[in-house]
Amino acid sequence: MDQLPLFQPPSLSVTEITRYLRQLLESDEILQDVWVQGEVSNLARPASGHLYFTLKDSTAALKCVMWRPQAQRLRIPLQNGALIEAHGAISLYEQGGQYQLYADTLRLAGEGALYQEFLRLKARLEAEGLFDELRKRPIPESPQRIGIVTSATGAALQDILNTLRRRYPLVEVLVAACAVQGAEAPAEIVRAILALNRMPEPPQTLIIARGGGSLEDLWAFNDEAVVRAIANSEAPVITGVGHETDFTLADFAADLRAPTPTAAAELATPDINETRLTLAGAAGLLKSLVDDTLQQVQDNNRRAQQDLLRASPLWRIQNGHQRMDALAERSHLAVVHALDIRRLRFTGVMHRLEALNPQAVLQRGYALVTLPDGRLIRSVEGIQVGDRVRVSLADGSLETKVEKINKETARLKAAAETGRKKDAKK
Amino acid sequence: MPKSEKTPVEKLSYEQAFAELEEIIRTLESEPPALEETLALYERGQALAQRCTALLDGAELKVRQLSGEELAAGEEGK
Repeated sequence: MDQLPLFQPPSLSVTEITRYLRQLLESDEILQDVWVQGEVSNLARPASGHLYFTLKDSTAALKCVMWRPQAQRLRIPLQNGALIEAHGAISLYEQGGQYQLYADTLRLAGEGALYQEFLRLKARLEAEGLFDELRKRPIPESPQRIGIVTSATGAALQDILNTLRRRYPLVEVLVAACAVQGAEAPAEIVRAILALNRMPEPPQTLIIARGGGSLEDLWAFNDEAVVRAIANSEAPVITGVGHETDFTLADFAADLRAPTPTAAAELATPDINETRLTLAGAAGLLKSLVDDTLQQVQDNNRRAQQDLLRASPLWRIQNGHQRMDALAERSHLAVVHALDIRRLRFTGVMHRLEALNPQAVLQRGYALVTLPDGRLIRSVEGIQVGDRVRVSLADGSLETKVEKINKETARLKAAAETGRKKDAKK
Repeated sequence: MPKSEKTPVEKLSYEQAFAELEEIIRTLESEPPALEETLALYERGQALAQRCTALLDGAELKVRQLSGEELAAGEEGK
């Protein structure tokens, strides 16, 4: 009879074993950063935006999921049956109990090989110094002519022309049309670059452009001959190939790399509004410089004229005249002055004389009393009641008789005395 | 540049006109010439500035596609 072991091995819950497996997968470096090649099947694109598919080959299958953010950036046409390479990490979907590839990048099979080739060529040209920063030339700020190497029918050309029209319509554009994808593209691009450089009046800047596309579409711009033609172009080259995330060897060889064709046109030209400002600044500076010069010349002129005058006999004569005039003026003034003083003095004397004129006193209301013999009466002393006296006023005289004599009273005398003392105190 | 050699402003491109304007400013700034010459430079400078403005106002993008012949020149002596 079987006996139960005393200590049964502990059992794990499904969750526990699943988590353990998941941790095992996620701790493996190879499984967390892997490229897997296979054929796409069971492709599903639900409304969530995530992508679900299975990669399979003749003997095995691998479930794959790609989350929405990565799926949105997918640039290859994904369909069942496509042979692709997927990059990502292998992990475990716990609820479904299945391991799967969480893909972040997909590329068409074969691109891997292209990429290797790209890296090899890049390393070789880099070693040759073709991508050296020192080789890069400055882009002319305000070019007269711009050469464009692109497809005559592509959107890139229209984007560039629209941008140039808006920003800097002064520029003359030479378009050297070429194929920008396909087997003939590299040779045509090279020819276009050379043709522009060999024009009788070659452009000062070249823009080499192509709109976005798959890695294969952009492949011509990784061609060695194209890269060398760019590096050897007499005119500086701006590349605007594909989207912002695309880097081609042409970009490395160019003097300036723009993320898009539109951006290339922007980098090739100044903004016309800035140009207007610069022009206005220059015109203003010109005017102020000339104003300064004129001012200086005028100052110098005035100073020189003064110096000249001072040195000339004419000035001395004029100066002599002036001095004489001044002297004459002064003597005249002196005479006038003396006369004035006399006149003033005379008037003063006249006034004083006037004050002494008894007639003037009579005008003010005083009267003059005289005896018949003409003697002036100054006091009541010696005058008798009944004496005849003459009272002279301003406009005539009165013959009168003295009727009563009043001597000045003591009271009046005292009052007169007090008035004098007060005056003395002041 | 002596006066006799100066191109009429109407024949200058924007870049040429602006470059000459800048040159005049440099001259006036660094080594101002005699008055007469200064005034002549000023007159020329003003004409250049007016030319530039006129070019900016009337600018229309000129686009030309290289002919097959011109393109073929890119093939010789590669």
